[in-house]
Amino acid sequence: MKWLRDNLFAGGVSTLFTVLVLVLFFKLVPPFIDWAFLDAVWKPDSKACRASEGACWGFIAEKHRFILFGTYPYDLHWRPAIATVLLIGLWIFSAIRRFWKSWLTLVWLAGLTVIGILMWGGILGIPYVENERWGGLILTLLLTTFGVAFAFPLSILLALGRRSDMPVIRGLCVGYIELIRGVPLISLLFMASVMLPLFLPHGVTIDKLLRAQIAMIMFAAAYLAEVVRGGLQAIPKGQYDAAHALALPYWRRTYLIILPQALRISVPPLMNTFIAFFKDTSLVLIIGLFDLLSTVKISLNEPAWAGFGVEAYLFASIVYFVFCYSMSRYSRRLEQQR
Amino acid sequence: MANLEERRIASGFGFLGREAGFEIGESAFLRYSASDSYLRALVVGLTNTLAVALIGIVTATVLGTAIGLSRLSRNFLLRNVAAAYVEFMRNVPLLVQLFFWYAVITEGLPGAREALSPLPGVFLSNRGIFFPTFSGVPELQGFNFVGGATLTPEFAALLIGLATYTAAFIAEIVRAGILAVDRGQAEAAHALGLSRAQAMRLVILPQALRVIVPPMTSQYLNLTKNSSLAVAIGYPDLVSIANTAMNQTGQAIEGIAIIMAVYLTISLSISAFMNWYNAHVAFR
Repeated sequence: MKWLRDNLFAGGVSTLFTVLVLVLFFKLVPPFIDWAFLDAVWKPDSKACRASEGACWGFIAEKHRFILFGTYPYDLHWRPAIATVLLIGLWIFSAIRRFWKSWLTLVWLAGLTVIGILMWGGILGIPYVENERWGGLILTLLLTTFGVAFAFPLSILLALGRRSDMPVIRGLCVGYIELIRGVPLISLLFMASVMLPLFLPHGVTIDKLLRAQIAMIMFAAAYLAEVVRGGLQAIPKGQYDAAHALALPYWRRTYLIILPQALRISVPPLMNTFIAFFKDTSLVLIIGLFDLLSTVKISLNEPAWAGFGVEAYLFASIVYFVFCYSMSRYSRRLEQQR
Repeated sequence: MANLEERRIASGFGFLGREAGFEIGESAFLRYSASDSYLRALVVGLTNTLAVALIGIVTATVLGTAIGLSRLSRNFLLRNVAAAYVEFMRNVPLLVQLFFWYAVITEGLPGAREALSPLPGVFLSNRGIFFPTFSGVPELQGFNFVGGATLTPEFAALLIGLATYTAAFIAEIVRAGILAVDRGQAEAAHALGLSRAQAMRLVILPQALRVIVPPMTSQYLNLTKNSSLAVAIGYPDLVSIANTAMNQTGQAIEGIAIIMAVYLTISLSISAFMNWYNAHVAFR
């Protein structure tokens, strides 16, 4: 009773809010449950879906293979399936602090090689699949993984450059970071998809996936660089002075003393940038790559299943939410452990 | 250059004066027709971007502040509903949310003849949202409404998506800003006999603003840049019109240069304004 009084009915305003929230709850939740569960159609039958008042989860049941694997050849779906599980496994494995050793890089290299073999094939007697046909969840995960893997070292260089004493290098780094942060990601993706081919020498072509990946890397590097710079600035000046006093040259000073401390401080904000980047990979839909969101959208193009966008995007939201929420919980735990 | 000649693509900004030849679904302020120039089309796109960004910023700030304050409320229900909102919105990509709202409006809402009317004169239908203005009240004529003001489905979806998404981030900023104000300030305000609401308005918020303004600036910039996702749901913003122009003329370099220059200008102006405002509220 005391809990109720303190937490729900403390004063007139509080009581008003409680009543308001409860009224909204009872007005919205029962119809939602009716729609999402009681009246919902679970069988992949579009006629039954159209006849029903409720949600059409049959759409997901019918299209889940396409949503998860895109246009990958249907009877080879086991390959992206294993690759997806493996990649998620690598993420989880790397999240454990005990494994933050140098051999983790080797684990990643081995893992990515296996994923590459699974996805492309062409050796060990499994047929070759060109990367234009990759799609769905694995594409989203690969774009994120490679985007971060290449953007991170680049961002460290950019952050160091921004704090450099050499005016030209500093100017270039500041210019790059501010330019990229000042324009929307879409304009970079457009640049990679329409403008880049115009600048390549005759006969050289880079495929669409790689071009998009380059744009994502350029984009992520600028944002990560600002996080790393925050870490660099947070180190007490004494550490810089002490490193100087040891008469270490610049790169050893940076590598042995400054960076380990700066990166440790930056882990939580780095995780947040990582999550934002994961969400931003959905933008490759606009230049026509088949990531998870794109396969969801394309599934709606079939006339029999057109008009179930609410269910489809709710499903996409849940998938993205599961990934992002677990990452953000993990980042919060990291923050508390320090 | 050799590449451009080979593909017979012209270069330079001469195309801006030529006739655009495509219609634009809606224009916030300017009149436009297909016989106008590319330049005018792009300006219409820019005004559309600014319209959705400005209304979005105001809506997101109001909504975000309310949610941020709710997260600090002593009321258990309010606090947790606000927390759940923030968690959900922040962990789903904006583009998914935009598609969701667009689907809700175009598929979930009834046709104009069966439009929902939550308030007298306001109608929700799959043709958009209609509401009365000083000059008129929307009325059903044939298959659509006439009179009053209209939010097209594209504009409404983009605005709802941007505002509700950014509000979640603003809520966290507001909350952090208020928590950053020393507890002693709240206690002192209490000792002076101010009520909780008065203390918040007169003592806490003015001090919290100093912490809030810098991260708020980057949220406003994010919202403006994110409005470029309009291209995915067909709202004719700057990026979407520049994209059409690029497809028609093939002049991708110029088109992208225009997009980037405009967004850089907007970004720099917003930061300049917010820096001025920040200096205004900072300690003196």
